[in-house]
Amino acid sequence: MNKLLASIVPAAMALVIGAGYAFAASYPINKPHEVDWSFAGPFGTYDKGQLQRGLKIYVEACSACHSMDLVAFRTLEDLGYSEGQLKTLAANYEVEDGPNDEGEMFTRTAVLSDYFPSPFPNQEAAAYANNGAAPPDFSLLAKARYVERGFPQFVFDIFTGYNESGPNYIYSLLTGYQEPPAGVEVPEGTYYNPYFIAGPALAMAPPLSDGLVTYDDGTPETVEQYAKDVAAFMMWAAEPHMEERKQTGFMVIIFLAIFASLMFLTKKSVFASKEH
Amino acid sequence: MSSDHSTYQPTSGVGKWIDSRLPLPRLVHDSFVSYPVPRNLNYAYTFGGILMVMLVVQILTGIVLAMHYAADTAIAFESVEKIMRDVNSGWLLRYMHANGASFFFVAVYLHIARGMYYGSYKAPREVLWILGVVILLLMMATAFMGYVLPWGQMSFWGATVITGFFTAFPGIGEPIQQLLLGGFAVDNPTLNRFFSLHYLLPFMIAGVVILHVWALHVTGQTNPTGVEVKTKTDTVPFTPYATVKDALAISIFLMVFAYFIFFMPNFLGHADNYIPADPLKTPAHIVPEWYFLPFYAILRAITFNIGPIDSKLGGVLAMFGSIAVLFVLPWLDTSKVRSAVYRPWYKLFFWIFVANAIFLGWLGAKPAEGAYTIMAQIGTLYYFGFFLVILPVLGLIETPKRLPNSITEAVLAKKGGSGGAATAAASSENRG
Repeated sequence: MNKLLASIVPAAMALVIGAGYAFAASYPINKPHEVDWSFAGPFGTYDKGQLQRGLKIYVEACSACHSMDLVAFRTLEDLGYSEGQLKTLAANYEVEDGPNDEGEMFTRTAVLSDYFPSPFPNQEAAAYANNGAAPPDFSLLAKARYVERGFPQFVFDIFTGYNESGPNYIYSLLTGYQEPPAGVEVPEGTYYNPYFIAGPALAMAPPLSDGLVTYDDGTPETVEQYAKDVAAFMMWAAEPHMEERKQTGFMVIIFLAIFASLMFLTKKSVFASKEH
Repeated sequence: MSSDHSTYQPTSGVGKWIDSRLPLPRLVHDSFVSYPVPRNLNYAYTFGGILMVMLVVQILTGIVLAMHYAADTAIAFESVEKIMRDVNSGWLLRYMHANGASFFFVAVYLHIARGMYYGSYKAPREVLWILGVVILLLMMATAFMGYVLPWGQMSFWGATVITGFFTAFPGIGEPIQQLLLGGFAVDNPTLNRFFSLHYLLPFMIAGVVILHVWALHVTGQTNPTGVEVKTKTDTVPFTPYATVKDALAISIFLMVFAYFIFFMPNFLGHADNYIPADPLKTPAHIVPEWYFLPFYAILRAITFNIGPIDSKLGGVLAMFGSIAVLFVLPWLDTSKVRSAVYRPWYKLFFWIFVANAIFLGWLGAKPAEGAYTIMAQIGTLYYFGFFLVILPVLGLIETPKRLPNSITEAVLAKKGGSGGAATAAASSENRG
């Protein structure tokens, strides 16, 4: 609950630099939009078509800068691809392997058990190529971003089962680039975005534009649609077992409800003859 | 455990043979079957059983998680994600364990509140109470170290902040901190020793729980009236009465627990812990887990120097003091009446104490500045004032309501509807 309560806490023991704290108090400027996700709620499931489109956006528009270290090609079967299709996809990538029997590292074509290779050899290279700010890894981003909801909203969130803060944030950020309002100075090399969680502007240039990625299923090729699809894909990447979790949970709750009812009746009959 | 109520009669030859050599079946029978409990226990008394279940859940899930976890800063974060993605039902184990810690604390805080409300800490149950506070301290240490293991941003920076508390103590502070960390900063040695201790402490908790239950079975349970058991009609056997009531409460508690595991698994955690630890990047807000927030507020409320004690040391002392004061609670409360049911003023101050604890928790998540600091100082003042001033004084000046002569009288008066003022008040508390 701390993440919900803790909208603006400075670190104890002078661990937070003063400036960082002062800024942190009022961002993001705008609250994220609340998108109607197919995976929301206790019975929500991923829309496979949407995940496939999201993957396409990641591959074509994001993967040049953003790694996705924790996602293996084999796991993309969840998106509805066949093994053959995934082998073809993996074959587009080169990964480093070795050492071979001569002690040399070598590159080879990726196979299903490989993970998406990183676009940069290390964090430093990623930061150097991107104006000092290394692009974050995609694997867990949808769970690693949370915009404070405030009291009493975070209490209601328990009952409505609100878990979509991450994808809502990603969608809002991707669609939120705009001209800075009059009088607002944006540092050079950054782009104004009132949905950015840590300041008025971020180092990432607007990554999407209408028609950037071709969809072959007739879905509109707009920034808004792209943002939705890639955010949904990132939610899957961060929480690949969500559907299994919710299905198991439903059965567990049903079981416990029946068990508790039986315990209630047993308790009633045990105590029936005893004033207590 | 006391054998005066022992009704165990081994029937088989093997049973008799065992009973005359190692009467373990007799011990279990006497402790959990024929053991007499007050007949008027309400649902507030079920949290002991719930806590027992939670300890077992944590140990079992923890042992399996430890088979897959690697305590090395280079791979700890990925090993946790491996559990989440590739280990069979790994996501379930980890979400059970992480949310289990939170629900362990939910149950223990309710258990402690019940003890305070019904005066369970008073003679002759002081040792029972103190053992409980020891368990609370062990739980806090275990939870803190467990939170460091996933090696996310909050793990790393939480560990840095909390071990930093020790540097407030002059002279011995820094050596203690370096001993805890295994170096000058949170790093691989810290993670390794925290993992080792995180595995050890739950078994120490289990050991103290045995002492806690032993002490309980020596003195017997309290009950909502606070009147001691006097005759056999005041009690019912543990099985089936307490067993079935505990079973019902446990299943309802597990339902709420399951809702969080399966439908809100990350609600009680911090999003930043899904970012790998980065010693060069301080998160904008470092906050402890929710169950530490009231103590965190007390820590930060001390913003002024008191004589030779600077504000940093003062804050740390206040925080440790807020737990330490619980050890002497049995001697701070001067009232001879146990239950708040018969203490109208104590009841009022108790509920203010509860509200104040929640208030401090809210403040623990707010920035320590301006009005928040003043509110935290007021909250801290009430926290300590409750124990150090209100409890000792109230016992001397408060006029309690008339106590029932026995548990049976209280129960029958409630059912008969002919009780006086005292028993009428009691009835509203005894439902269940």
